[in-house]
Amino acid sequence: MDGQSTPADKILLEGLVETDRVHKDCYVSEEVFEKELEHIFYKSWIYAGHESQIKNKGDFTTFQIGRQPMILVRGDADNFHVLFNRCPHRGAMLTNRHMGNAGHHFICSYHAWQFNFDGSVHAIPSPAGYDDTRFDKNDQDACMKAAPRVASYRGFIFASLAADGPDLETWLSGAKAAFDDICDRAPEGEVEVVKTCFRVVQKSNWKIFLENQLDALHPSITHGAAGRAAADVEEEIKAETGQEAPLQYHYLSAFTTPIYKWDGLETAGHKYGHSMLQGYMGLRPKDPDTLEYEAVMEKAYGKERTDEIFNTNIHHVLVYPCLSVQSPLQQLRAVRPLGPNETLTEIWHFRLKGAPEAIYRRSLHYYNLVNSPSTMINADDLYNFWRCQQGLTSEGGDWVSFHRNEGQDYHEDGVTTSVTGLSELPMRHMFTAWAGYMKGEL
Amino acid sequence: MSKLIKAGTQQEIEQFLYNQSEMLDTRRWQDWIDLFTADGIYWMPADPADEDGDGIPSIFYEDHYLMRTRMKRLDHPRAWSQSPAPRTSHLVSNVQLDAAASTDKELVVRSRFFTGEIRLDKQRHFVGSYTHYLIPDEKSWKIRLQRVDILNYDAPFDYVLQVWL
Repeated sequence: MDGQSTPADKILLEGLVETDRVHKDCYVSEEVFEKELEHIFYKSWIYAGHESQIKNKGDFTTFQIGRQPMILVRGDADNFHVLFNRCPHRGAMLTNRHMGNAGHHFICSYHAWQFNFDGSVHAIPSPAGYDDTRFDKNDQDACMKAAPRVASYRGFIFASLAADGPDLETWLSGAKAAFDDICDRAPEGEVEVVKTCFRVVQKSNWKIFLENQLDALHPSITHGAAGRAAADVEEEIKAETGQEAPLQYHYLSAFTTPIYKWDGLETAGHKYGHSMLQGYMGLRPKDPDTLEYEAVMEKAYGKERTDEIFNTNIHHVLVYPCLSVQSPLQQLRAVRPLGPNETLTEIWHFRLKGAPEAIYRRSLHYYNLVNSPSTMINADDLYNFWRCQQGLTSEGGDWVSFHRNEGQDYHEDGVTTSVTGLSELPMRHMFTAWAGYMKGEL
Repeated sequence: MSKLIKAGTQQEIEQFLYNQSEMLDTRRWQDWIDLFTADGIYWMPADPADEDGDGIPSIFYEDHYLMRTRMKRLDHPRAWSQSPAPRTSHLVSNVQLDAAASTDKELVVRSRFFTGEIRLDKQRHFVGSYTHYLIPDEKSWKIRLQRVDILNYDAPFDYVLQVWL
């Protein structure tokens, strides 16, 4: 349906989701959480890791799909496998490490069953003991169980526990822009992960985090103190050194941007719940580092294409339900729900292959200041998330309001666009997808 | 042996470290920042194998200006997560002057810390080691680099660290 419209049916999922408000149970109910795992996390594509995390055969990294502990490993044929982290013998985890190299096989620490990287059995001790039993090492039950589908887009690997469904690129739809933007900004067209992963546990529901990522009304309120402090220090630096403060202070002081300025930004919703925030925080200053970077880019892509790449103005892309990507600053946060009241985020950043070191440092400053455990920014977000979770658990009310600019969203070619950056479109859009998943329609 | 290590240096350094942690526990941020040289750095590595925090991810890597930013935020009435302010208590122990690493210009001191913090009725603790790189100053010492190796550097943080340890 194109053009401005208000769906006639305001109820998307009986009792829980309406077009302009959702029931608190979406955030606090154990039962709803279990259904989310089943219908969303076990049906869609979930981010596993980046190809550069596992460069050599046998390199692996572990992650969770919902409650399922998974291993992503580079196989013998330079391909990728995603396996359940469970020995089929007695159920022991095959590894308790976040990343490592498994050598030639996964070997269980309990009885030394050995598995190839595709999950099949390599060797089992004392094989004669299985003679005349109904155990068959070629049987699926004897193998490490594999995720039915694994696929990669521009180096970013996803896995799905559902055998059927849209392929990765179809599913990513408009969210492909996140990975295109991050890779296109590299003169060599690809990125390389930096080994550090900051992990933060939020005492709140996973959806609160995703909603906050595209909530343009919150920064100047939640982060006003950090923004003000940085703006003061920017002035101090200018007064003491006679020079403009480095860009990293701008990352923080940008949080003082007054609310009316966010009005001019735009949010957009794509199929399967993916959403993005466009505009905000220009990153194209005319300092020597940036000029050098532009020169390298122009050599690689030509001027016209370089301009096109730099003019892509995406601030955040949410790959629903598992990722928040900040492509211009080469960072991403993977969302791992641990329970209705608890969410783990795993935060990574990347180097643009072929770009000058100074451009890497730009993203590093952001990673350290906004995403490290000492962050002055996310600290206040986490606190608000926790306060939301506490309030939502109460009997003080049943509904969460997403009314702002409802009915003014613009629909065209399957993309929903906001009339203002302050619109609560992203929340409504994600819940529309949420209801679709929960009803089995997506 | 470094000319900086004399009779009484051990006790003098211990007092310096105790005073430094007392400043944090009594929230005298500016006094604490003033302990650093003009180009001093407070560094908490993200990996104990890291040798220099410049240009790599770190939990903290702060110069004078970033410390000032953090201080101003901590004192701001609308730093939501810091209101009410967390309370801390630092213990510093196992203070060792590292004679081999020290030079005539810089004293290297290793110690261990145990810090309790209370916030919103919940208590948590941090353990780890300090390495102070100290330059003699008229009356006392200045910190060129304070390296803080926290034991759970790679664990998930259940809420984040807002105050220097």
